[in-house]
Amino acid sequence: MSDHLPVLLVVVPLIAAPIAALIRSVRLSWLIACGASWWALYAAWGLLSRVRGGEVISYALGGWPAPYGIEYRVDAVNAWVILIVAAIASVATPYAYQSVRREVESDRVSLFYSAWILCLTGLLGISVTGDVFNVFVFLEISSLSAYALISLGQDRRALTSAYQYLIMGSIGATFIVIGIGLMYIMTGTLNMMDLSERLPAVMDTRAIPVAFAFLTVGFSLKLALFPLHLWLPNAYTFAPSAVTAFIAATATKVAVYMMLRFFFTVFGAAFAFDVMQVDLILLPLALVAILSTSLVAIHQQNVKRLLAYSSVAQIGYMILGVSLASVAGLTAGLLHLFNHALMKGALFMAMGCVMYRVGSVRIDAMAGLGKKMPWTMAAFVVGGLSIIGVPLTVGFISKWYLVQAALAAGLWWVAALVMVGSLMAVIYIWRVVEVAYLSPAPDGDGVAEAPLAMLIPLWVLVAANVYFGVNAGLTTEVATRAAEILMGVTS
Amino acid sequence: MNILGHFNYWIVIVLMMMGFYTVISRGNLVKKLIGLSLFQTSVFILYISAGKITGGTAPILIDDHGEAAEAASHVLYSNPLPHVLILTAIVVGIATTALGLSLVVRINEAYGTVEEEVIHNRDESL
Repeated sequence: MSDHLPVLLVVVPLIAAPIAALIRSVRLSWLIACGASWWALYAAWGLLSRVRGGEVISYALGGWPAPYGIEYRVDAVNAWVILIVAAIASVATPYAYQSVRREVESDRVSLFYSAWILCLTGLLGISVTGDVFNVFVFLEISSLSAYALISLGQDRRALTSAYQYLIMGSIGATFIVIGIGLMYIMTGTLNMMDLSERLPAVMDTRAIPVAFAFLTVGFSLKLALFPLHLWLPNAYTFAPSAVTAFIAATATKVAVYMMLRFFFTVFGAAFAFDVMQVDLILLPLALVAILSTSLVAIHQQNVKRLLAYSSVAQIGYMILGVSLASVAGLTAGLLHLFNHALMKGALFMAMGCVMYRVGSVRIDAMAGLGKKMPWTMAAFVVGGLSIIGVPLTVGFISKWYLVQAALAAGLWWVAALVMVGSLMAVIYIWRVVEVAYLSPAPDGDGVAEAPLAMLIPLWVLVAANVYFGVNAGLTTEVATRAAEILMGVTS
Repeated sequence: MNILGHFNYWIVIVLMMMGFYTVISRGNLVKKLIGLSLFQTSVFILYISAGKITGGTAPILIDDHGEAAEAASHVLYSNPLPHVLILTAIVVGIATTALGLSLVVRINEAYGTVEEEVIHNRDESL
C-alpha cells in the first residue's frame, strides 16, 4: 500500500466527501471528516519520511508513464507542504465539532463537513501533483469549497465576502489557466518536469514571458499578496471560526507553494529571477505588505479582522524570503510557511473559543476574559508572542532565518524593516491582551471557559508553537533541504 | 500570418477584455458573474484554437490492416488533449457560475438587492 500513498492521500478524502454529504448525521459526518484528515496526516508523514533523505517519489496515475499520464511527484518541498496542510486539518477538524454546532445551522452541518473535506482534498491535490493542469483542477476544488464554507458564516456579510472572494479567486484561477495554456501551446506538455526541460528552447519567444506574467498575477491573487489581498480580510472575518482557522493556516500556504513550484521547478530560478527579474516586484510588494497591513491591523476593532490583516503581513514575510532567491531566503520562507500555519491556526482557534462563549470577537467584548477564560486567553498570548517573534516560539525561528538571509544578501535595511514589522505586531497583539487582562469584566454574563473539545486542539497547536520554537531541528532540516531542491543545489 | 489568420485569437482577446471589464465595472452582482463567465469562456476558445490543425480530422485510430493502415499514417488530426482539458474547465466554470448565482440568491434574500453599492450602504448603516 505504501507504494500507492501519493494517490491514496488524495483519493481517500475525495471519496469521504460525498459520503459525509449523504449521511446527513452531524456526528457521523464529523467523524468521517476526522478520519479523512487523520488519514492524510498519516500519509503525509509516510511521504515525508521517505523523501527526507532526498529521494523523489514519482507515481504514474493509472499506470500511464509520466509525460502522457498525470504524474504525482513528491520531493521534500511538497511533502513539507502536504504535512502542514494535513497536520492543521487533523487538529482543526476535531476543534470544529463544537464550534460548528454553535455557528452553523444544524441541517447544513453534514454538507459543511463535505465541503470541508473537499477543501482539504483540493489543497492536498495541489501539493502532490506534478501536472500543471491538475494543479488548476485541484485549485478550483479547494477554492469552490472554500467559498461555500465561508458563506456559511452567521453574519450576512459572510455572503458578500464569499461572493467577493469567488470573483477575485476565479479571476486568479483563470489567469493561471491562461498561463498554463500558453506554456502548453509552446511546448505541448503539461508535466512539470517535462516543461522544465522543454521551456528553455522557447524562452526567447514572447509567449513564455507572457505566460509567466499571467501565472505570477494569478498566484499573487490566490496567496493574497499586497495589493491583491482585498478578498482576504472580509473572508477571514465573517467565515465560521473553524473555517477561518483551517483556511488561514493552509490555503494561502498552498498558494505560496504553487508559486515556488512554478518559479523554481517549471521556469527555473535563472529565468524567473535573472531574466524576468520578478524579485524586483516581489521584494517591494512584500515590504509594503508587511508595513501597511500591520498598520491597518493596529486600527481594527474586530480581532478576527485584525488577525486577517496580520496574515497579509505574514504572507509578506514569506514572499520576502522567496524574493531573496537564495537558499537562506527560501529556507526562511518555507520555515515561515510552517510556523505561520501553527501560530495563525492557534490564534484563530482562540478567537473561535471566544466566539463560542461570548458571541463576539470585537476588542471591547474581550474585557476581563483573561480571568473568565484563562486557558483560551493564555493560548492567545502564546500565539501572539509567536507572531511577534519572541525567542522560544516558532515565530522567532523564522524571523531569525529571514533576518540572517537578508543580511547575507547585503540588504540590512530589509532586515531593519522586518524588525519594524515585528514591533508593529507587538502593538496590535498588546491591544487585545491589554483589554483581556487589564479591563474589568462586566458582571454576571455567565461567560465560562470554552469546552475541552475546543481547548485541547487549541493547546496542541500552542504546544507545537513552543516545541518547534525550542527544538527547531526537524523543521529547519526539512526546510533547508526543500530550499536546496528548489534552488537546484545538491548538498 | 495575416490578421485574419489569427481570427480566433482576436476573438479570444475581445471576449476576454469584455468579460474582464464587465467584472470590474458593473455593480450588479449577476452582471459581474456574466462577465466572469465570458472571461472564462474566452480561455476555452484559446485552448481549443490551439488544438486545431488546418485540414486535420478527428483523432480516430484506423484499423491496422490493408489500405487503411497506409491511410492512417498519412492522416492529419487535431490535437484532442486541449478539448479534454477544456471539458474539465467547462465543468469547473459551470460549478463556479452555479455557486456564484446561489450566493447571489442568498444575498438577495438577506439584503433585498443585488446592487453592490446598495449592499455596501446597508452594511455601513448597521
